Amino acid sequence: MTPRSSNHNRPEPASVRFRPETSVSVAPKTVPILEVRDLHVAVGENEILDGMNLSVHLGEVHAVMGPNGSGKSTFTNVVAGRPGYTITKGDILFEGESILGMFPDERARKGIFLALQYPVELPGIRNREFLRTALEALREARGETKLAVREFNKFLEEKAKAMDFDPDLMKRNVNEGFSGGEKKRNEILQMSVLDPKLALLDETDSGLDIDALQVVAKGVNEFRGPDKAIVLVTHYQRILNYIKPDYVHVLIDGRIVRSGGSGLAQELEAQGYEWLREPAEESAESVGATARPS
Amino acid sequence: MTQTAEATDRYVRDFDAMREERSEEPLWLRNLRREGFDYFQRMGWPVDEKRDEAWKYTDVRAVARTEFRNPNPPGASLSGGDVSALLPFDEGMSRLVFVDGYYAPEISRILDADNSSVLRLEEAVREEESLVHGHLGQYSAAGHDASVGLNTAFFRDGVFIRADGALSAPVHAVYITSDHADPVVSYPRTLVVAGKHADVTLIETYVSLGQRNHFTDPVTEVALGEGAKVTHYRVLLENTESYMIGHVRPCLGPDSTYKSVIYEAGSGLMRLDLEVLIEGEGAFADLKGLYVTTGKQHLDNLVSIDHAQPHGKSRLYFKGILDDKSRAVFGGTVYVRPGADKTDAYQEDKNMLLSNEAEADSKPSLEIYADDVKCGHGATAGAVADEAIFYLRSRGIDEQTASRLLIKGFASEILDAVGIEPLRVFLEERTASALPRFAGARELAA
Repeated sequence: MTPRSSNHNRPEPASVRFRPETSVSVAPKTVPILEVRDLHVAVGENEILDGMNLSVHLGEVHAVMGPNGSGKSTFTNVVAGRPGYTITKGDILFEGESILGMFPDERARKGIFLALQYPVELPGIRNREFLRTALEALREARGETKLAVREFNKFLEEKAKAMDFDPDLMKRNVNEGFSGGEKKRNEILQMSVLDPKLALLDETDSGLDIDALQVVAKGVNEFRGPDKAIVLVTHYQRILNYIKPDYVHVLIDGRIVRSGGSGLAQELEAQGYEWLREPAEESAESVGATARPS
Repeated sequence: MTQTAEATDRYVRDFDAMREERSEEPLWLRNLRREGFDYFQRMGWPVDEKRDEAWKYTDVRAVARTEFRNPNPPGASLSGGDVSALLPFDEGMSRLVFVDGYYAPEISRILDADNSSVLRLEEAVREEESLVHGHLGQYSAAGHDASVGLNTAFFRDGVFIRADGALSAPVHAVYITSDHADPVVSYPRTLVVAGKHADVTLIETYVSLGQRNHFTDPVTEVALGEGAKVTHYRVLLENTESYMIGHVRPCLGPDSTYKSVIYEAGSGLMRLDLEVLIEGEGAFADLKGLYVTTGKQHLDNLVSIDHAQPHGKSRLYFKGILDDKSRAVFGGTVYVRPGADKTDAYQEDKNMLLSNEAEADSKPSLEIYADDVKCGHGATAGAVADEAIFYLRSRGIDEQTASRLLIKGFASEILDAVGIEPLRVFLEERTASALPRFAGARELAA
C-alpha cells in the first residue's frame, strides 16, 4: 500500500462539518486537484454541460446534486475520459494540467478513479485477475515495484474483508451475476485497492438498500483523507447522511446554479430542485452570486 | 453455372483415374463412390444463392471455378518432431497423420486399444469391412450434399475408430496439406463407431504447411450407441488462402452424450455443416464453437440439431471474435420433430467485433425459420466491447491490454470446456497470436 502523505497546506476538513458558505473564499491558494473551467459538453447535437465550473482540492468531499438529465453523469464521464462526448468549450485540469487530450487509462494512472453508475460485466475475466492487472499498471506508473501474487492476494483479502465483500466474488467474473449492491460495492472495493487521488462516484448510492448503502459509505469514509479528494454525484440526499460532504453543488441544465455547505443538501431534500431553476425570462442575477464558486 | 468446364472435366478425369487405381475396393464402396460422384455432378457447387437459402451468405464460386489437383504421394518431408512442434498437445495420444490425403505411418503412432480398434480407414475397409460397410455413408449420405458427394467419391484415407468400452487414450487425427505451387485438394474422411457405453475422445486438426491456396473437403461421421460418450475437438488452422467445405454428422443413440468443441482460426473461406441427429431417447448434444477471424477470412458455420426422439437435450454455444474485414456467418437450427416431447434445447451465438469493417451474420432459429438476426458493429456485440474497454481503461489498463484481456475472457467461455489441458493452452495461445494487433500487450496477471 502507498503510505498516505499528509498535506500540511490544507486544513483538516473533518473539523469543518457544517462549513458556512463564506469559508469557500477562505480556502488557501493551492493548486486544485480538479478544476473544471467553463466546461461545455455535447453528445451529438445535444448540449449537456453548458459552462460548468468546479474546483476541488485534496482533502475535500464535494457532492454534486441535481435532477435527472442535469448533466451529472456526463460530468463524471468526461473527467474520466469516456468516449462519445464532445467538449466544445472549456477545460478540465488535474493538478493544474489539462487532461482533455488524455486517454482514460492515462487519467487513471494520474490518479483519477470513476465508480460507474452502471458497472460493466466482463465475461471470462475474473475479478482478481482484473484488479491485479489494473493495480500492476498503476503501480508501474507510480514507480512502485510489482507485488508478488501472494502479497497481492493477502492485500486484496484484507481490502475485501473491510468492505464485507464475499471473497468468493473475487474468483468470479467481474460483475457477472452480481446483485446491484455487489456491483456497487465492487466499485468501492476497486477504489480502495487502486488508491486514486481523486474518486468520482457516479450515483453509487442509486438502487442500494440501507445496509448496502452503509457498507458503501463506510468504504468511502475509510478512503477519505487529507491526500484524497472525492466528488460524489447523486440525485438524493440520503447518502449524505453517511458521507458528510464539505461542499454541495447543485447542477441544473448543465451548470452549477448553487454551491454551499452540507446544509444545502437538506434544503434540497426539503424543497426539491425546482426553486433553483432559472426563470426563462428573468436574468440569472438572483442566483448569479452563488452560481460560480471561485 | 459458374463451375467451369475445365474444373468439371478435372473431377471427371480424376474420378475415372481413382476408380482404376482402386479397382480392388469392395463393390459396395465402389457403388457408394459412384453415388456420391453422380450427386455432385447433378448438383454442382451451390453457387446460386437464390435457389439455396443455406448458402445465402457464403459465396463458393471461387471453389467452383478453381481446378484443384489430386496431389501425388508426398515425399517424407516431415518428422514426428515437426508435428509435435506444430501441434504440441498430443503427447500420450494415438496420432494418425495424413499428408495431402496420404497416410504417413513413419510420423504416426497408434496406441494399443483393448476391445477397440484405431485404424486408418483404408485398412479398416479391409479389416473391419462389415462394420465400415454398415456405417460409412449412413450418417452423411452421399446423395445429400455436393461436398459430401465429392468426398465420398474421392476420399483416399482417414481415421477409423471402433470402440466397445473406454478408449485408453484420445485419438489425434492430423490432416496436413503441404505446400504446392498449384492448388491441390484433399478429402479426409473420419468414421467413429462408439458402441454401447463406449467412451472416445477424438481431436481432428487441419493444418497447412504453406501459405498458398488449397482446398479441403472433409467428412466426419460419428455413431454413438446406447450410453456412449464421444468428446470431439475439431481444430482448424489451415492458411488464410485456403478453402474448406466440411461436414460433421454425429448420430446419437439412446442416452448417449456427444460433446464437441470446434475451434476455427484458419482457412480463408470455410463452410462447416455440423448436423446432429438425436436418434435415441434421452441423448445429449453439447456443441461449442469458437471462431477467430482476421483479414478477409470468411467462416460460415451451419449447425443443425434434429431432435427426432423425446427427452433429448442440446446445448449450442458458438462465439466469434472478428477483426479487420473478416466475416462470420452462423446458422443454428433446432428442429424438434413431432413426438420428440420433453426436448430441452438452447442455442446461442455471440460475436465480438474488433473492427468497424468486420461483419457477423447470425441466424439462430428454433423451429421458426423467420429469425434473421444481423449483427454489425455497434449492435449488441460491438457496443458491449466498447463499454468494457472503457471500463478496463478507466482502471489504468492500456487499450491493448484491455482488448487482450477481453478477448481472452470472451474466448474462455468456450475454451474452458476443453478438457485436455495442453490443447486448451495451445488454443489460448493460438487465439492470442491470431490477433496480432493485440499481441505485445502487458503480460496479463494470472
